[in-house]
Amino acid sequence: MKTMKLNKLSNLAILAGIMILAAACGGNVERDARRTEREARVDILGAGATFPAPLITAMADEYRTKTNNRITVNYQSIGSGGGIRQFIEQTIMFGMSEAYLSDEVLADIERSTGGTAFNLPITLADVVPTYNIPGIGKGLVFDGQLLVDIYMGRITRWNDPKIAALNPGTDLPALPITVVHRSDGSGTTFVWTSYLTRISDEWGNRVGYGTSVNWPVGLGGNGNEGVAGAIINSPGAIGYNSLSYALLNNMAYGSVVNSSGNTIEPSYEATTQAANIELPDDTRVLFTNTPAPDGYPIAGFAWMLVYENLDRNNAINNREHAQELVEFLVWSITEGQELSETLGFARLPGAAVEKNFDMISRIRWKDEMIGQKTLEERDLI
Amino acid sequence: MEVLSKGDIKTASHSPVLSKPLPAIYRWLGDRIFLTVAVTLGLSIIFLAGAMAWVLIDDGSMAFREFGIIGFLTGTTWDPGVNFTFGALPFIFGTVVTSVVALGLAFFPAVAVAIVIAEYAPRWLSKIIETLVHLIAAIPSVVVGIWGIFVFAPWMRETVYMPIYSWAAESHPSLLPILGNPIGYGMTTATIILALMIVPFTTALTRNAIHQVPKEQREAARALGATRWEVIRMAVLPYARGGILAGAILSLGRAVGETMAVAMLIGNKNTFPFSIMGPAATMPSVIINEFREAVGNLHLSSLMAIGLVLFVIAIIVNLIAAYITRKLSITGGQGI
Repeated sequence: MKTMKLNKLSNLAILAGIMILAAACGGNVERDARRTEREARVDILGAGATFPAPLITAMADEYRTKTNNRITVNYQSIGSGGGIRQFIEQTIMFGMSEAYLSDEVLADIERSTGGTAFNLPITLADVVPTYNIPGIGKGLVFDGQLLVDIYMGRITRWNDPKIAALNPGTDLPALPITVVHRSDGSGTTFVWTSYLTRISDEWGNRVGYGTSVNWPVGLGGNGNEGVAGAIINSPGAIGYNSLSYALLNNMAYGSVVNSSGNTIEPSYEATTQAANIELPDDTRVLFTNTPAPDGYPIAGFAWMLVYENLDRNNAINNREHAQELVEFLVWSITEGQELSETLGFARLPGAAVEKNFDMISRIRWKDEMIGQKTLEERDLI
Repeated sequence: MEVLSKGDIKTASHSPVLSKPLPAIYRWLGDRIFLTVAVTLGLSIIFLAGAMAWVLIDDGSMAFREFGIIGFLTGTTWDPGVNFTFGALPFIFGTVVTSVVALGLAFFPAVAVAIVIAEYAPRWLSKIIETLVHLIAAIPSVVVGIWGIFVFAPWMRETVYMPIYSWAAESHPSLLPILGNPIGYGMTTATIILALMIVPFTTALTRNAIHQVPKEQREAARALGATRWEVIRMAVLPYARGGILAGAILSLGRAVGETMAVAMLIGNKNTFPFSIMGPAATMPSVIINEFREAVGNLHLSSLMAIGLVLFVIAIIVNLIAAYITRKLSITGGQGI
């Protein structure tokens, strides 16, 4: 007993001795290393849309690990409106929005910073019609005009001939249709209504598109979960959710006929295809009802917003921070995209990545083309 | 702990430590510091309320300029999509109807619970009831909302709305537009949930009012041979009526401002006509729904303007409550 205790004590003493020695020898080196690390540590501050928040947060984690805790991306999901406002007020290094910057906003920015602001597509939003019809699983076929008629309140029963015409062989019940929409302002609504606007002039003139609109009929659920709750609990309900949410909650969702006449079952691949089209140089485009033959028609971009002249953004203090921001941008549209599918997002198509490179190459710090340089260093252009 | 008696203090003041002059902090300085801190903090509340009102007025002014104050308050279109016209009437209407009806539903049960706690129940039982009431009050409103979405609303649809709706569809089709779509999410569901949420609040305030009735009041009534019920009816309730009414009005203020559970259950329909079972909207619900993603300036300003209306209504409700307490409260047994 006694010897054991003694042994233990002496072990402890030796251990302590070693530790003191190690600390004495290595302390200085370690401290120095820590100091340089702290000096180089950079916080990239961003804010905006809620829909891409899970992706950005995961990217931030990944990026921090990749840079040995040196770069922290701090993203606050305050909504697209807030993101744009904070971006204009220059309290954040990048904004995020599901609506692109309007011409007026861009003109204002041009006046105040001497350069434009870029809308860099970072990921894609896809919206699927979800429904609850007892006895009918996923895969009911819709087309644009049908969805417009349902959301206008003109088609009120599931056995309507127009629905039956698209779904021969399906035994549709005489159940009344309950229309459900998002009540909170959301990018999902933005994509959905912009699709209906593309399909029908009448919708465009009466309701239009936006993060929230003046719905002709239906009830509003708060958030994806509110819409899902209303649909799951009401037989005969139809609504819309992001594809990942519908998959996650085992909701029945429909296929949609696109502008080329192909019936497209929603998938991340089909969403990516939808954006693989001729894009304008500033990527400010809504490609709902896409011309791509294999593209899913109800999809849209989420954009990252950055200034052309980074030195004129008050949220960025020095060249080094600007450099880190550009590197993160480049990483997020290239390697960062690998995270997409596991989190329920569609990958950016090649066309969008190309446009992103063009825009990033124009990003400057004073007279220095830091965007161009970063891309060249990484052999991306 | 040692308790000092008067004698101890006397001897202490003769001790060598205290015979020195006291440090400044125990004389004038401490007083001044306390005064400054207390007054600053006290005034900061006024400043805070003023700043809030100012922000709301400032940010909402664009909407008021665009539509006019009357035009905004009576406008019935809420269109952030095409025409960018904003009117607050549907939301004001929704708020007033849901909260007044909810108070009506909650008032009598709450008063009954308060009377049981204060007058009838033995001490241990009233403690239990009171704890449970407080527990209900402590449930976060978003949890109530989730329960409402997944349990209460479907139950209401199956057991209440559907039977009524089918009965009306068969025998009184003219009632259908008034009843509305029996989806489960709508004005009635939200109102009942709202009532449930303010019951604890009303109960607590009513109980407080009843507790303030002096014992002599009850004893006098009892001495005159009043039964228990008569004591409550003739001695307790009249004396406490000011407090009870003020409490009810304060609960109304609560109901007016309740946001999350209502937004989750009311169905959020921004346009008239509202119906009994169908979806509607309230002022807090539209703010919480649309504020985050409001991109347009006029849209945002209109939401701020609704916030201002809500702020003013809350102040009015509180002033009424204060007035009632002052006017109806009975001091020293006069005026029964």
